[in-house]
Parts: sequence; structure tokens; C-alpha cells
Amino acid sequence: MELHDVWFVLIAVLWTGYFFLEGFDFGVGILTKLLARNRPERRVLINTIGPVWDGNEVWLLTAGGATFAAFPDWYATLFSGFYLPLLVILVCLIVRGVAFEYRAKRPEENWQRNWEHAIFWTSLIPAFLWGVAFGNIVRGVKIDQHFEYVGTLGDLFNPYALLGGLVTLTLFTFHGAVFTALKTVGDIRLRARKLALWVGLVTAVLALVFLLWTQADNGDGKSLVALIVAVAALVAALVANQAGREGWSFALSGVTIVASVAMLFLSLFPNVMPSTLNGDWSLTVTNASSSPYTLKIMTWCAAIATPIVLLYQSWTYWVFRKRIGTQHIAPDAAAH
Amino acid sequence: MELALAPETLARWQFGITTVYHFLFVPLTISLAALTAGLQTAWVRTEKEKYLRATKFWGKLFLINIAMGVVTGIVQEFQFGMNWSDYSRFVGDIFGAPLAFEALIAFFFESTFIGLWIFGWDKLPKKIHLACIWMVSIGTILSAYFILAANSWMQHPVGYRINKAKGRAELTDFWHVLTQNTALSQAFHTLSAAFLTGGAFMVGISAYHLSRKKHIREMKTSLRLGLITVVIAGMLTAVSGDVLGKVMFKQQPMKMAAAEALWDGQKPAPFSIFAYGDVEKGHNTVAIEIPGLLSFLANDDFTSYVPGINDVNKAEQQKFGPGDYRPNIPVAFWGFRWMIGFGMASFAIGLAGLWLTRKKFMLPQHLRVGDDEVPHLVLFRNQALGPQLTIWYWRIAIWTLAFPLIANSWGWIFTEMGRQPWVVYGVLQTRDAVSPGVSQGEVLTSMIVFTTLYAILAVVEVKLLAKYVKAGPPELTEADLNPPTKIGGDTRDADKPMAFSY
Repeated sequence: MELHDVWFVLIAVLWTGYFFLEGFDFGVGILTKLLARNRPERRVLINTIGPVWDGNEVWLLTAGGATFAAFPDWYATLFSGFYLPLLVILVCLIVRGVAFEYRAKRPEENWQRNWEHAIFWTSLIPAFLWGVAFGNIVRGVKIDQHFEYVGTLGDLFNPYALLGGLVTLTLFTFHGAVFTALKTVGDIRLRARKLALWVGLVTAVLALVFLLWTQADNGDGKSLVALIVAVAALVAALVANQAGREGWSFALSGVTIVASVAMLFLSLFPNVMPSTLNGDWSLTVTNASSSPYTLKIMTWCAAIATPIVLLYQSWTYWVFRKRIGTQHIAPDAAAH
Repeated sequence: MELALAPETLARWQFGITTVYHFLFVPLTISLAALTAGLQTAWVRTEKEKYLRATKFWGKLFLINIAMGVVTGIVQEFQFGMNWSDYSRFVGDIFGAPLAFEALIAFFFESTFIGLWIFGWDKLPKKIHLACIWMVSIGTILSAYFILAANSWMQHPVGYRINKAKGRAELTDFWHVLTQNTALSQAFHTLSAAFLTGGAFMVGISAYHLSRKKHIREMKTSLRLGLITVVIAGMLTAVSGDVLGKVMFKQQPMKMAAAEALWDGQKPAPFSIFAYGDVEKGHNTVAIEIPGLLSFLANDDFTSYVPGINDVNKAEQQKFGPGDYRPNIPVAFWGFRWMIGFGMASFAIGLAGLWLTRKKFMLPQHLRVGDDEVPHLVLFRNQALGPQLTIWYWRIAIWTLAFPLIANSWGWIFTEMGRQPWVVYGVLQTRDAVSPGVSQGEVLTSMIVFTTLYAILAVVEVKLLAKYVKAGPPELTEADLNPPTKIGGDTRDADKPMAFSY
């Protein structure tokens, strides 16, 4: 395995980490409207991810930075090509971050309600658009001989990519619902389980179609294994959810995300962004990657830093391991 | 196509707007993290309640700021790929690495520990909670270093070779990129300016409360901490500015000649305080100058030769081929002056404040005050400022909080625009760096969207800051004074509300 292959795997790992972690906090953001019945419940939801969402988002920044460093052409083609959807995602992430931090900083009803709307929409839109983006990456887009994207905005919203968007949207919502069941107490916990069942069933249908479509277009033996793992884990997550085994259910919905992302990257390899115009114009791990020297330095950095990051991020989850219910939300906390 | 709306021009405007905006929050984040950590350390060591109240007060303002710093930083990382894809392709091999390092080493650190600090008041023992804010502080400084190393490479590319076959620059010596003198002196200058910014912020807000005789205990402590920070950081900013200036005279003589509107080389070269020139004809029509000072700034020698704009332009034309290698001279000239002027004004006001509010033992008996009283502003040994002048000092001190922010912005405008027409000095021109596949409409859209969003958020942020500034340090609760002894929080009362919730 050469270094550019290693970095292909590492980029896949970073995106997997991002979707696993930010996946449930996008989901929780969406549940603030689907599940919460009143302001205290919305606050319970928001506070389950309060201490961790920022750290979760850094997985995206690291994936972006690592792509820039390890595959400059991939970074350049992807972000200049998917310009407007990416702009929307960036706007959402900006507003979302500010919404979490500022919502409780004024007691006025209007202020809090506006930021709550913002949290819902800025969680929902990126959850959908990331699926669209990855659908397009795997399916291939119009790339010319200079590695420039020459398609239109409309080309990005093709049926396959739109289905991909619905899969990430529902999968993250499911992941958020089982996370909520795991992290809360009281009535909201039971309702989260119920909602998880319905969202999970919809997710299972959409994901199965999308992954089979991917398998038919670009799959091989390895991606088939990932597909089976993804679907099996999702079914198992639903069973665990019904059995009230919340820890298992969350772990298994995590496995679904890991296996789905793995499947997408497996069907992509050795391309990183295939061209639909001419196979020779596809960006691959070889023609889009950085020099061996840069990759070597980056490998050292990742090998040392990633385990440390995982260690202290896990520790954070352990510190905030207690479940939260409406009784833990101080009524006057609005003044904070 | 109209030049004013060329994608390159729009992309540059967008970069300028988003970067200057982002950098309003960055220096405050860097310095307030460390200053808040210092105050919390004082609380943990002395258990004096005023330190805890001050920690909570400045910590809140710090959090309101860092939220903006974090979210506007996301745009910074992605707009290279969006608007500057040819730049990204050409330099990604080198420039991407410090960005990835920043994310992996610094940004994870900062973001994870900030969550622990915000929500950890009732979940972590005192000392571990304190360690978290120090971790955040270390993260912010590391983060700044990697970004400045990346920027320094654009100012003065080192440790690379050009790969003609692949049409890009490739890294050959990463250590050199991280430790070249441009990176070291830029980091020194930027970090000391960051502390000047945070110090002035503290001075301004403390002055606001003290002039109204409110929250005196906490604000006296904060005022002193702010003043000392301003004075030390101000001196370091001046020293590091001189160091960086000398580096730049060697590495980018054009930038420094432009900063001085020095059209033709002179020996000795004067420093110009004011100049009005004719850019087309290449000379000044009006100039007020201090003889020999520029020679000193450039070479530590009052009589040395300093090359002018016209000389460097000719030299670069010979080296790189025909073209105009001059940056926007008025922007460079005035940017340089606004940077120094506003930076040093805040330093002078801080220095005056430190003298006027000096400690008890340096004052005669009748001018000393108790812990709960606003200090007299004592000018001479036996004479305090009158009420009118006292009001004026506090007023000026309040306004000072904006000065370093203005200085920082002009500093970046100067250093980035002074490097034009190059994006990587001597290697890649800005016009060859834009995304060829991105349309004018797309860049215009994103520029309008970001500018509008940033403007709205600026209003929200400033209003929120003003609200919390006015509210002053919070009253302490039972929970504040009895932090948990176990990680994860004490289990005495499982239904106890959280100490902090969103």
C-alpha cells in the first residue's frame, strides 16, 4: 500500500468520523422540531450535544485540511466545482454554531425561538447536502482534462445524488434519535425510541435502494461486504432499539454509518472524483495526490495526533456521560 | 468584462472581507483565553471570590467572541478551494500541510476543551477544569502559529521546489517552512499584537465600569491586568514589528518601499510621516519626512541605502519579465501608518493608565484608596487629576478597546496588499490563482451572502457583548463556590439542575 492509498483511507476515516459524530448532532438538531414538544424539551435535546458538537465539527475541518494537503487537486476540483451547495453548507454551519452559543444568552421568547428555527434548518440542510455531495463524488461528475468541473448546478441534483441526500438526512435523524434515547431520561427518552423506529424503517428502505444502486454502478466484492454490514447493522440497531438496548442501538447505527461511508469510498477507489466525460480525466489517488515527502510528513502527524485526539474526545463523552432530563434544566438558565 | 467585477477582483474582495472580519475575533480569542485562564488560576490559588467573578465575566465575553471566531474560521479553510482553486492546485503540496496540522493538532484541542470548560463547572474538579481553559489557550496559540507559518510561506517561500512536469510547487523541507525567520517574526508580532488587543479590551471595559463606580473590586483587578498586558504586549509588538520590518526589507523590498512611498532609492533614506503622491508618474508631490530614520528601520544604520519603488519595480521586471510589480501604494502607505498609529496609541494610553493608577505604596497617604474604591488618577507625586480630566481619561480608555482592532486590520491589509501582484511572492501571481471554473455570478453571490451574513452577525454579536458588559460580573451561586470533587460531577443530588446549559 503506497502512501497515497494510506491517505485515501485516512480521508475516508476522517469523513467517517465526521458523519458518525456530527451525524447524531445534526440528527438531534432536526429532532428539536420532530420530537421536542416544548422549550424545556428542546433545551434537553440541545444540551445532550452542547459540550461536544464543536469538537465533532472539527472532523470536517480536518477532512478538508487533509484533503487540501494530501490531494490538492481533489480539494480544488471538489470545492470550486460544488461551489453553491458548499456555500449553503458553510452558511448553515456558521449560523448553526452561533445559534448554539447565543440562543440561551437572552431570555426573550422571540430571540430563543428564532435561534431554535435556525438550529433545525441548519442541521437539516447540511445533513441532506452532504449526501448529495457524496452521491455526486461516487457517481462522477463532468470534469474536463484540466480537472475543472464543467457541469451545471442542476447536474448536481440528479436522482442518484438526491437519493443519497435523503439517505444521509434520514440516517442522521435516526442516529440522532437513538442518541437521544441513550442520553436522556423521562418521557422524551421513550418518545425518542418510538420515533427512532419509524425513522429507522424509512432509512432502511432508502439506504438499501441507494447502496444497491451504488453496488450495481461501481461495486465490487469488498463494497458488497460493506453493503451487507451496513444494512445488517441498521436492522440490528432497530431491533436493539425495540428491545430498549439503547447503547447497542446507538453503536449499531454508528456501524451503519461507518459501513456506508466505507462502501462509498470502496466503490470510489482508486478514483477520488471520477469524470463522466472521459475516464482519462478522472481524478485518482495517483494523479491528484501530493508528493511522497508531504504525504510522509502528514502520515507522521496523523499517526501521532489521531490517537491522542480520540483519547481526549472519548474522555469528553465520559465526563458528560450522565443522562439529561427536563429537571436538569434550570428555569432561570436563560439568563446565562 | 468590467475589471471592477472580474472574478479575480471579487475573489480578492471576498477574501479581504472574510479575513479581516475573521481576524477581529482571532486576537481577542487568543488573548482572552489566556487572560481568563490567568484569572481562573488566581481564583484556584487564592480562593478570593473577586477572581472567580472576574473569570466568569471575562469568560462570558470570551465565549461570545470565540463563537464568531470559530464559525468564520470555517469559511477561511474552504474558500481556498472555492475561489482559489488554481492556487490550491499549485501550492497544496506545501500550503495544505500546515492547515491540516492546525486542524489535527490545534483545532481539535481547542474545540474539545472549550466544550469541557463551558459545561464542566459542575462536572470537573477545580484544577482539572482550570487545566481545560489552559488547554484552550495553548490550542489557540498553536493554531495561530500554523496559520502564520502558512502565510509566511506566501510572503517568503522556502523549503520547496518547482515540479515543472506536474506544474506545481512541492515541499522539500517542512521544518524550514515552520521555522523560517518570516514565520517566527510574524508569529511574534501577531501574538504580541493579539495580547495588546485583549489587554486594551480589558482596559476599555474595566474603565467603563470604574468610571461609573460599579463592580469596583473585580474591575480594579481587571484594569490592572489589562494595563500590564497592554504595556508589555505593546512593547513586544513594537520590538517584533521592528524585527519583522527588517526581515521584510530584505525579503520584500517592494512592500516596504511602498509602505514609505519611497519612489527612488536614497542613501540615507528618510521616514515619511505624511506623503501625497502621483502614482502614475512615480513620485510624491508633498512629503513630510524625518531624515535617515528609514535607513535605520531597514538596516539598523542611519546612513544606509534603501531601494525605492521604481528601483524594485525595474529589478523585478528584469527578473520576472515585463509587468507592473507595484502594489497599491496609497493603501500600503496609509495601512502601514494606521497600523502603527492605532497600535502605539493604545500602548501610550495603557502606559499612562499604569502610571496614573500606580500602587498604593508609591502614593502619599491622602491619595490612597481602599479595596472598594475607584483609584485616584495620580499624575504627579502629590497631585491627582481633576474630575474633568479623570472623566476624559476613562473615556479615552474606553475607546482604546477599538484601537488594536483597527491596527490589526490595517496590518493585515498592508501585509497582504503590499505583496501584490504576487499571491506567493516571486512564485505565483494573484491573477493566476483564481478558480477558472467559477463564474463571476457565483463569486458575486457568495460575496454578497457572506457580507450580508457577517454584517447581521456583527450587529447580533456587538449587542450581545454590550448586554453582558453592562450586566457586569455575575453573583456567585452555592454551586460555583463548591465545585465537584469527582470527574463527571458529584452524585449527591442526581436531579440537580446543570450549572450551565444552553
